[in-house]
Amino acid sequence: MARLRQCAIYGKGGIGKSTTTQNLVSALAELGNSVMIVGCDPKADSTRLILHAKAQTTIMSLAAEAGSVEDLELEDVLKAGYRGIKCVESGGPEPGVGCAGRGVITAINFLEEEGAYDDELDFVFYDVLGDVVCGGFAMPIRENKAQEIYIVCSGEMMAMYAANNIAKGIVKYANSGSVRLAGLICNSRETAREDELISALAAKIGTTMIHFVPRDNVVQRAEIRRMTVIEYEPQAKQADEYRQLAIKIRDNKNFVIPTPITMDELEELMMEFGIIDQEDESIIGVTAAAEATA
Amino acid sequence: MAALTREETEALIQEVLEVYPEQARKDRAKHLAVNDQSVEKSNKCITSNRKSQPGVMTIRGCAYAGSKGVVWGPIKDMIHISHGPVGCGQYSRAGRRNYYVGTTGVNAFGTMNFTSDFQEKDIVFGGDKKLAKIMHEIEELFPLNKGISIQSECPIGLIGDDIEAVAKKANKEIGKPVVPVRCEGFRGVSQSLGHHIANDAIRDWVLENRDGDDSFPTTPYDVAVIGDYNIGGDAWASRTLLEEMGLRVVAQWSGDGTIAEMEKTPKVKLNLIHCYRSMNYIARHMEEKYKIPWIEYNFFGPTKIAESLRKIASHFDETIMAGAEKVILKYQAEYDAVIAKYKPRLQGKRVMLYVGGLRPRHVIGAYEDLGMEVVGTGYEFGHNDDYDRTIKEMGNATLIYDDVTGYEFEEFVKRVQPDLIGSGIKEKYIFQKMGIPFRQMHSWDYSGPYHGYDGFAIFARDMDMTLNNPCWKQVKVPWKKDESPSIAIAASA
Repeated sequence: MARLRQCAIYGKGGIGKSTTTQNLVSALAELGNSVMIVGCDPKADSTRLILHAKAQTTIMSLAAEAGSVEDLELEDVLKAGYRGIKCVESGGPEPGVGCAGRGVITAINFLEEEGAYDDELDFVFYDVLGDVVCGGFAMPIRENKAQEIYIVCSGEMMAMYAANNIAKGIVKYANSGSVRLAGLICNSRETAREDELISALAAKIGTTMIHFVPRDNVVQRAEIRRMTVIEYEPQAKQADEYRQLAIKIRDNKNFVIPTPITMDELEELMMEFGIIDQEDESIIGVTAAAEATA
Repeated sequence: MAALTREETEALIQEVLEVYPEQARKDRAKHLAVNDQSVEKSNKCITSNRKSQPGVMTIRGCAYAGSKGVVWGPIKDMIHISHGPVGCGQYSRAGRRNYYVGTTGVNAFGTMNFTSDFQEKDIVFGGDKKLAKIMHEIEELFPLNKGISIQSECPIGLIGDDIEAVAKKANKEIGKPVVPVRCEGFRGVSQSLGHHIANDAIRDWVLENRDGDDSFPTTPYDVAVIGDYNIGGDAWASRTLLEEMGLRVVAQWSGDGTIAEMEKTPKVKLNLIHCYRSMNYIARHMEEKYKIPWIEYNFFGPTKIAESLRKIASHFDETIMAGAEKVILKYQAEYDAVIAKYKPRLQGKRVMLYVGGLRPRHVIGAYEDLGMEVVGTGYEFGHNDDYDRTIKEMGNATLIYDDVTGYEFEEFVKRVQPDLIGSGIKEKYIFQKMGIPFRQMHSWDYSGPYHGYDGFAIFARDMDMTLNNPCWKQVKVPWKKDESPSIAIAASA
């Protein structure tokens, strides 16, 4: 068996990480790979399209029921879905209480101790909460976990800010461990010159846009049925896009320590592509009322 | 050995500092000083209440220790929940010797450990529900409790549990005070901030409970004893003196104390502060809000006791002033006999201290009553107002050390060669192995009380039996019989 490859998917909240991951993983499974998804988000929506479930019962909720995480068995938390894809959700508290980050740490430690990362696996994908708010959500990229990070982004301003910030976080762990940035996945929002822009951003931070995933309503139609496009409509053009992404990731060798750019550089890039306008210093801090009287 | 001169003491500090790397040396230099009685403000010569340097083997505690261990723990009829993982509560359980009257597990809970025993799931999902459940379990199992305090351990502050909301709800449901205390251990540089936080919790959740309720009959002679933790019965030995002079002690904070006493304290005429460091905050608050004056007093040794009794009496009428004189006279034969017996055996002996809140300065007078001299002293977690109060008590050219490191303390002792060291359990065996008589001045070495006239007799006996114990003659090896033990240590070091 080839060496297990562990990959983490990061990106701005709502950008389509979970959808992209599940379609990508389905395509990898189609190619004959044995894959596991580890959902690292209290919302626990990282595996629903694979399992056709509303939300998988999570490690942390099962642990809370059983008394402690030590009382759990691997088969309690690990569910197999489409094409034998193994699914697990770390789970965590509802917003506003407790510590979701600790939930991720506890869950990943449990999986390691229980031997979830067995010899049969080719890939593990960590689908991580949009904002890396504390150390817990960096757990998947710490030593001996994910070595490859893929950032999902689009041509929108905030998605690019987030991508650059995540790259900064990767630098910290890359310098102390083996984690590397493996590419940007553009999940299209159909903004102007989006592929060029993301390719340019990728080049600036030292990586590539590994694939441009176009926008297609079939994704939503599949989601309503709690399925991936790969499973719902294997002949769809969009399914081929995910297959291409899967092949590119399977064959990817371009793992780098990113070179995140400064805020000014990022803004310059966005101006170049017309995402934002040249800053007009004369209007800063001026209220609407003041503008009217001026 | 003769006392060190100012120059020699200064040179000693410099020599001890030399081994540190530059940054640590610069920091530690600010915490070590040669006493100079002419200095009015201690901040001219010493820095305190700063973060300890890593690696120095500080003996400081944490905010939780200051709140649960010191201020709240001794309130005997309340149940104090150590909220968080089990260790903080269990390893500190019954660790202080604050004596109390009551039946443990029935109407008093001082030596018990109540904890929410956090597991991973409580961290991840929050501990509020568990905490609320605990309140009801407590009510069912220990119905005679008079209230509950929630003592936060570190994780509570990290996961953002809303213990205030739980406390308010539980208070309504069980009809007893429920006090949330945000004393997470990582806050502040020592247990000192925990004292302050605990005082603030009393202010916000307890002190107002009887505002506007005049059903408690007061007298013009009502006082509260604040900052006596009744170590080995200290507060009892103090209380008798106050009562004999005609005062009525309404409350003891917090040794052998109750929540009812705390609630009644705003009705007293004068607050008497023994441990200034841990409870000055609440005294200042009562002064501001209830116009209750407060004074510091010192019940260690007959000189300071007489001084304090007269100072306290001066706040009252002639009956009390006469009462004070009567008390001093009544015990005179007793303490004169103690001095007559022990002073000849202890005269001229030199002591180094390193303790916590008030004792680094308060016990100096008691040693002096026995003809002894304190040649070095320091606070674990004092602030500069503590050092302000210490400068005048200590002789010129004596050593003052703040948050002393293990290394510094040993080196000072090797050079100063005191006859006795008074500090805590962490220091005890190091110095005993160096052949130096040692007394624990936090726990009174399982003895006490040391407060009041009764306490002074025990204090004198304890110092004598430690200092003049024949065992110290046996610690010298036969071939070095002629050398003093500390020189032998220095030679072997």
